[in-house]
Amino acid sequence: MANQQPTSWSSGKSLLRHGDVPFRVSTVTLASFVVALVVLIGAIMFAASAEARQAFGLDVLTGQEWNPVETDLSPPTFGAWPAVRGTLLSALIAIFIAAPLAIGIGIFLAELCPPRLAVPLSFLVELLAAIPSVIYGVWGVFVFVPFFNTVFSEPVSQAIGGVVPQFAGPIATGRGVLVTGVVMAIMILPTIASLTRDVLRLVPNTQREAMLAVGATRWEMIWLAVVPYAQAGILGAIMLGIGRALGETMAATMLIGNSQRINESWFAPATTAASLVANELTNSVSPLHESALITVALALFGITLLLNLGARLLIWYVERGMRGGH
Amino acid sequence: MTAMYLSQLTPFYGSRQAVKPVDMHIRANTVTAIIGPSGCGKSTVLRCLNRMHETIQGAYATGSVRLGDADIYAPDTDPTLIRRQVGMVFQQPVALRTRNIYENVAVGLRLQGMNRKADLDAAVETALRQATLWDEVKDVLSKSGMALSGGQQQRLAIARALATNPSVLLLDEPASALDPIATASIEELVTQLKKEITIVIVTHSMQQAARISDETAVFMVDTSAGDAIGELVEMGDTTQIFTQPADARTESYISGKVG
Amino acid sequence: MHNTRNYTWRKLVDRLMRGATVAATGCAIIPLLAIIIYVMTLGAAALSPQFFTDVYQSPEASSTPDTTTGEPAAEFNPDDPFAGIGIEEGSGDTPATSAEAEAAIYAAGPKGGVLHGILGTLVITGVGLLFALPIGIFAGIYLSEYRHERFATIVRFCSDVLSGAPSIVAGVVIYVAVVTQVKQFSAVAGSLALALLMVPVITRTTEEMLKLVPESMREAARGLGAPTWYSSFTVVIPAALPGIVTGVMLAFARGAGETAPLILTVLGSNVISMDLFEPMAALPLLTYRYTESPYPGENTLAWGAAFVLMMLVLVMNILVRVATRRRGGASR
Repeated sequence: MANQQPTSWSSGKSLLRHGDVPFRVSTVTLASFVVALVVLIGAIMFAASAEARQAFGLDVLTGQEWNPVETDLSPPTFGAWPAVRGTLLSALIAIFIAAPLAIGIGIFLAELCPPRLAVPLSFLVELLAAIPSVIYGVWGVFVFVPFFNTVFSEPVSQAIGGVVPQFAGPIATGRGVLVTGVVMAIMILPTIASLTRDVLRLVPNTQREAMLAVGATRWEMIWLAVVPYAQAGILGAIMLGIGRALGETMAATMLIGNSQRINESWFAPATTAASLVANELTNSVSPLHESALITVALALFGITLLLNLGARLLIWYVERGMRGGH
Repeated sequence: MTAMYLSQLTPFYGSRQAVKPVDMHIRANTVTAIIGPSGCGKSTVLRCLNRMHETIQGAYATGSVRLGDADIYAPDTDPTLIRRQVGMVFQQPVALRTRNIYENVAVGLRLQGMNRKADLDAAVETALRQATLWDEVKDVLSKSGMALSGGQQQRLAIARALATNPSVLLLDEPASALDPIATASIEELVTQLKKEITIVIVTHSMQQAARISDETAVFMVDTSAGDAIGELVEMGDTTQIFTQPADARTESYISGKVG
Repeated sequence: MHNTRNYTWRKLVDRLMRGATVAATGCAIIPLLAIIIYVMTLGAAALSPQFFTDVYQSPEASSTPDTTTGEPAAEFNPDDPFAGIGIEEGSGDTPATSAEAEAAIYAAGPKGGVLHGILGTLVITGVGLLFALPIGIFAGIYLSEYRHERFATIVRFCSDVLSGAPSIVAGVVIYVAVVTQVKQFSAVAGSLALALLMVPVITRTTEEMLKLVPESMREAARGLGAPTWYSSFTVVIPAALPGIVTGVMLAFARGAGETAPLILTVLGSNVISMDLFEPMAALPLLTYRYTESPYPGENTLAWGAAFVLMMLVLVMNILVRVATRRRGGASR
């Protein structure tokens, strides 16, 4: 056996050995395209937003008036705060609803679900993520918004709308920040839930057994030992969910009502940064207008990038700790 | 002063019977060692004594285990209550990661509703003293349990189990992941503890069993009927088991011919 | 010490919270079923042979120009694909809009079809996949075979950035870099934007599938004297190929469903066009436009388009799930 040289290698040996170099070169080159793409995205948007950034700076994001059209009375103003506010508010509502639900789902799938159901249920939960957001929009517009109006918006605005400005009526089309947040909550549930489930599964069994052995109930074991152990990862999952909600475009555009006016009521129409860009970029009235829109997009990209970075770091740190831990 | 009586205890994993029905008398205030080759079911039987066996999906046990007067397998008995009275320490030293040393020991008590600082302080100190860990950690109680060495973490686990004042302490190969010095300290601790509680220890080391136990139960693997199944072969006074075993299988195991 | 009140409370909490997690899972399953059921039933109302073979018909036109035979009612102007076919201008055959006629228009059922959208989606996503495949697969190979290098961490992070980026950003970038430069909306611009979103999907799946190939295979090849690249191409990649294909399918499903990037790059169209350098129709765009339309007939078409889109996405996902299960691997 030791004397048998595989002849096919020896005959073309030099050719084959040289093949290693082109292999490495081609894989590294194309892999670096991935890096280049990210750099390009940042660079292109940075450059294209220069005009507006130099003219207005941060005011693009904090200014209250978005009026791209120059009139005799006033120059155009590009204050995207109504849009930024809409983005932040709808994302906050979404995460407020989705985070506890998704953690509950993750706990169920990882700890409590009968093993035979775990895979199909996980698949169904993840299917929510595969549905294109424009379909969430269609369903939202024709099915969910009317339903939500009847079941929640109308009664609540009549009951406490006078006292609580966030729930003040009247309800016009029903499109607004709250219903957008609710639909977005459904959209980000799978992101947070499946990550939570994965992170919980990594918790070593010894932690569970130690807790049960001192007389904990099943829930106490989960809530007081397993979840705390994985809490960094769960936080990372929530951050990813927030990022997803901040960047959501189509469902938001179709459900938020696209109004530039800031209205305290959550039932009133608003707008988001992403839908502002989607609606106006192709019809921009001036280079400055276009540049301002790209500034908004750049801010969106930057924030989601930071959230992603933070979340991945947390999850990576947790996974490393768990794989080496006991 | 609590004894345990196992009567026809038969553990199952799903449809597979793991051990032939076990009858055993564990005397109060003794150290009983359970020895045998791998696969003989010694850990399985041990885990039945505080109903941890059934925490595995599909696992269950029939028969009865009397702790003092009560059968812990009686139909309406809640396992979580049993586990207060029958504590357990596992092979891997485990510190509950998100808790400091103090909280690691106090966790069982907090679950039971004890939350007055004075009570908890006293109980934690007692438990740590019993586990011979108090002097080493009394100044760093607020530090994370992960900072301790393996031997210290194992004694922390023992303190955690002792804090709920169990009448029986189960030890599942507690020293097999430890170095010889830490092992010696655990063994000495066990010998001290038996004055106050009943101890059952599973060990793969016959020397350890000979050193610290008063009684020894020998389990073997029976493959005669096809699938491997564990079986209690012999039980009795440790000295007698190791010098004059009654059963031929015990003799083979102890002299190293088997397992 | 047996504190009964404490114990009863704990048992109650245990049961309640465990039930709460079941309810939480229901909060995910119920909307999923609701969406699927509504899309299927309301979309089915739009389905007809005409739906799959016809293109845009204005709700107001009484005579229907047959645009599938290449005889458009109006000259197709690439710079303004909606010229002459619009609610604002009306086509030449608009009937006199008396109140009755208007009511009739609103009451009319769906007219026309979405063939242009189906074809457009297939083309735009397919071309995007062509752009994304080489980068994604080779990057995935790199990440798997050289996974401990520092550069691999950077590549992996960048792939995560791409996958987490809002899809509108992909559209903005291509709009700035391509559309404004050539002053033209085009299908290929849309493909480029979709490619940005598909690359990370392919990269991640390729890497994970290659990592699943047991090390013993690589060692066996190496033991025979085969250099790394040879064993990769002839042993490792073929072993992971079914998994890589599922990644491609998932990427296609993801790309086909995206709307925002297309709004900024492709613009859309009412006719069938296979010219990559001109605007093209796409199913998500049609869904969006028909949803916002005031005509109930067009709204029905929106459900129909959503139906087709969802079938595409669901079937892809189910196929992927079945394929990965059959191989016995539990992949994410």
